[in-house]
Amino acid sequence: MVAEASNKTISVTLRVWRQAGPNQPGRFVDYTAKDLNTNMSFLELLDVINDDITRGGGEPIAFAHDCREGICGTCSLVIDGKPHGPHRGVASCQTYVRSFEDGAVITVEPFRARPFPVVKDLVTDRAAFDKIQQSGGYISVRTGAAPDANAIAVPKEDAELAMDAAACIGCGACVAACKNASAMLFVAAKVSHLGLVPQGQPERDKRVLAMVNTADALGFGSCTNQYECSAACPKLISHDFIARLNRDYIGATFRTAFTPASANTGGGA
Amino acid sequence: MAKLDSKIPSGPLADKWRKHKTEIKLVNPANKRKYEIIVVGAGLAGASAAATLAELGYKVKSFVFHDSPRRAHSIAAQGGINAAKNYQNDGDSVYRLFYDTIKGGDYRAREANVHRLAEVSVNIIDQCVAQGVPFAREYGGLLANRSFGGAQVSRTFYARGQTGQQLLLGAYSALSRMVGQGAVELFTNEEMTDLVVVNGQAKGIITRNLVTGELRRWAADAVILATGGYGNVFNLSTYARGSNVTAIWRAYKRGACFGNPCYTQIHPTCIPVTGDYQSKLTLMSESLRNDGRIWVPKRKEDCRKDPASIAEEDRDYYLERMYPSFGNLAPRDIASRAAKRVCDEGRGIGETGLGVYLDFSDAINRLGEPAVRERYGNLFDIYHEITNENAYKTPMRIYPAVHYTMGGLWVDYNLMSNVPGLFVLGEANFSDHGANRLGASALMQGLADGYFVVPYTIGDYLAGQKPGSRPSPDAPEFKEAEANVRAMTQRLLSAKGTQPVSHFHKRLGQIMWNYCGMARTKEGLQKALQELPKLREEFWASVKVPGSADTLNQALENAGRVADFIELGELMCLDALTREESCGGHFREEYQYPDGECKRDDEKFGHVAAWEFQGVGQPPLRNVEPLNYEFVKMSVRNYK
Repeated sequence: MVAEASNKTISVTLRVWRQAGPNQPGRFVDYTAKDLNTNMSFLELLDVINDDITRGGGEPIAFAHDCREGICGTCSLVIDGKPHGPHRGVASCQTYVRSFEDGAVITVEPFRARPFPVVKDLVTDRAAFDKIQQSGGYISVRTGAAPDANAIAVPKEDAELAMDAAACIGCGACVAACKNASAMLFVAAKVSHLGLVPQGQPERDKRVLAMVNTADALGFGSCTNQYECSAACPKLISHDFIARLNRDYIGATFRTAFTPASANTGGGA
Repeated sequence: MAKLDSKIPSGPLADKWRKHKTEIKLVNPANKRKYEIIVVGAGLAGASAAATLAELGYKVKSFVFHDSPRRAHSIAAQGGINAAKNYQNDGDSVYRLFYDTIKGGDYRAREANVHRLAEVSVNIIDQCVAQGVPFAREYGGLLANRSFGGAQVSRTFYARGQTGQQLLLGAYSALSRMVGQGAVELFTNEEMTDLVVVNGQAKGIITRNLVTGELRRWAADAVILATGGYGNVFNLSTYARGSNVTAIWRAYKRGACFGNPCYTQIHPTCIPVTGDYQSKLTLMSESLRNDGRIWVPKRKEDCRKDPASIAEEDRDYYLERMYPSFGNLAPRDIASRAAKRVCDEGRGIGETGLGVYLDFSDAINRLGEPAVRERYGNLFDIYHEITNENAYKTPMRIYPAVHYTMGGLWVDYNLMSNVPGLFVLGEANFSDHGANRLGASALMQGLADGYFVVPYTIGDYLAGQKPGSRPSPDAPEFKEAEANVRAMTQRLLSAKGTQPVSHFHKRLGQIMWNYCGMARTKEGLQKALQELPKLREEFWASVKVPGSADTLNQALENAGRVADFIELGELMCLDALTREESCGGHFREEYQYPDGECKRDDEKFGHVAAWEFQGVGQPPLRNVEPLNYEFVKMSVRNYK
């Protein structure tokens, strides 16, 4: 089994999106790579092609990557039309050459969504996600002000569900997979994670309103329940969290509209 | 020679930090906003420091080379974070955590720093829970713990196999809150390329914007580097591809001393290399060694055979044979070196011959497949994803890999380097792990430094700086530093070579792995010290860096980092050669006990080596900070 899998080599052609800069026209360029060990990762395939391009005097393909173990959320390829490639529940860096047939022509594109403009080739700017976080994706707790960690018990079921949501790696595949370029799964994951633990309750309404409204303002679309997002998610985060987000959002909208707020909020010590 | 004053407070061990906090100078709240602090890096140490300093009222600028602070490699830590909470009622205490860490570090760390680390560990857990970090819980809703190596108590807090991710997202959320409030200015895709020293003090940095290529000068009252470790000097490691030494290396070239560069930790259970295209090694949790048995064939000629066809009597369960009392759970460094030994004998398995089997068939026979699946299912899945092999049916193949560097820039008790105003946190400094780090302690140190140490100690430095006295970014020192960076960029782009950067990185990695890896010898290190200067010259003569300086150019970024790694490699080998003893991760073949344990020489080497730059290609100065053990007796590390 070992010998069989690793001795096999194949050749493939990558049809890669090349774009010199944000406002430049892009086009597909073909690169053929021969005698590839099928245990090679897809990003290593790009490394090999880039070294060939460099030796040949060309400019290598820019692509985003870092940890190469599926947790940092940097890699962001659309492979044959699918964000993160053919397999469910993995990031681009966890896609391997063995997933392709000998002689295959593989299309490689950047994540495509208006709020994620192309920087160069396969690299996009996903700073919009940071802006959504900065608008409310946190619990306001100053360093040093925390009570003992066991002062508040959190039901195991809630902690587990919060962890399911918190597993989001912020890659943006959910946006790239959505025909509306909606960031709902990303926002839902953060809102659910913090909304499921007791520490997150005081700011729960404020948080959901701020994050959803910021996402809207940044140009992300609305959710129309196609669930392409959770199908493309490398962490398989469930679209059920979007339902939770919608409940929180509607509730928060009513509560803030009808609950009198103290005129003194925000003042004082 | 640099002056190294560790500034360890006097008095009983347990009172040092408390006493120090009451004695160091403070900056009054109205003055804090007059000070600007630069924080480079936003992993656990950098993000927690930037957020906390901003909360205190300082003006903070945060720089990261990633496209978002959430990408920092702290995110990949799996196992957990230690804290002396004693929630298990199993006899843990601050002193025990201190003692385990000192002993784990093979008596090469500072007692006072490590005790402080153990003290603040309990605050870290409080802070993270308050931020909403979803730690594992028991059915009653209270926090769960697991056990880790090098300890006899259960003190590790965890969030599934993604503890680093969850702690980083906690620190990132605190940082994001401060960015949202305008208290931190965040600069992403901005790589530090030089440190600016004015009148002997760190007063700013030069950055290159990785998207536009623009070089920028930034002045501040103090500079914090929290830029992680340098294990990618080996090319193949469990580090992220982008992890690099550049920020601390350029600070070293501006006068900051580099402490114990040769202390490297090599983890025994990683998925082995499959070919020369490989870019990354993936860790398989050490917990697998609880139920897996490690072996290689007794005969070389069996190595290429299907493992199932090798009879029981033809297998060498070498850890069980060599270390009968610990067996497959021998300490990390022992297990790593043993794997290297059997592979060097030609008995390694897999395509490259650099691998050993980790076999679960006994555990499956004993417990049944479902029980094994329940304990390790996610790890078997990861293994399958990468290797396409089913570890329930055929043994896993593993091999040791580089995954942490204990060395780093030298800092005093205040985490300030010998360059006043330059603070260094987390893996980037040398301070708390001695010659070997215990599992689940890296996350603890990063957050301790950022949340609970530097916010106090930086005030002591700033109180001595007049508000508004920071230099202008137009000062000559800034212009000189910018010109220095520009010249290096030009030199890289104009090199008339033919080989991509990866060619040199791979060769560097081979030299470092062969001669400065798991087992080091005088001859090998001397050989490396002949080869590395040649590699450096060859790099500059024949590297090819395509593209231009005024755009996103990943080859250029990489070229600068690899140029620094080649220089660092020389320093590591020199440090390893000079340290004529074995301790923790630094194993010199010449200095070992008959059973293969490290043979320290406390009399000659019971000190920190802090190297001082004297010019590229020039031998650096070796400064020494003696380690005075006042409270613990240095003894032979023994886990039997």
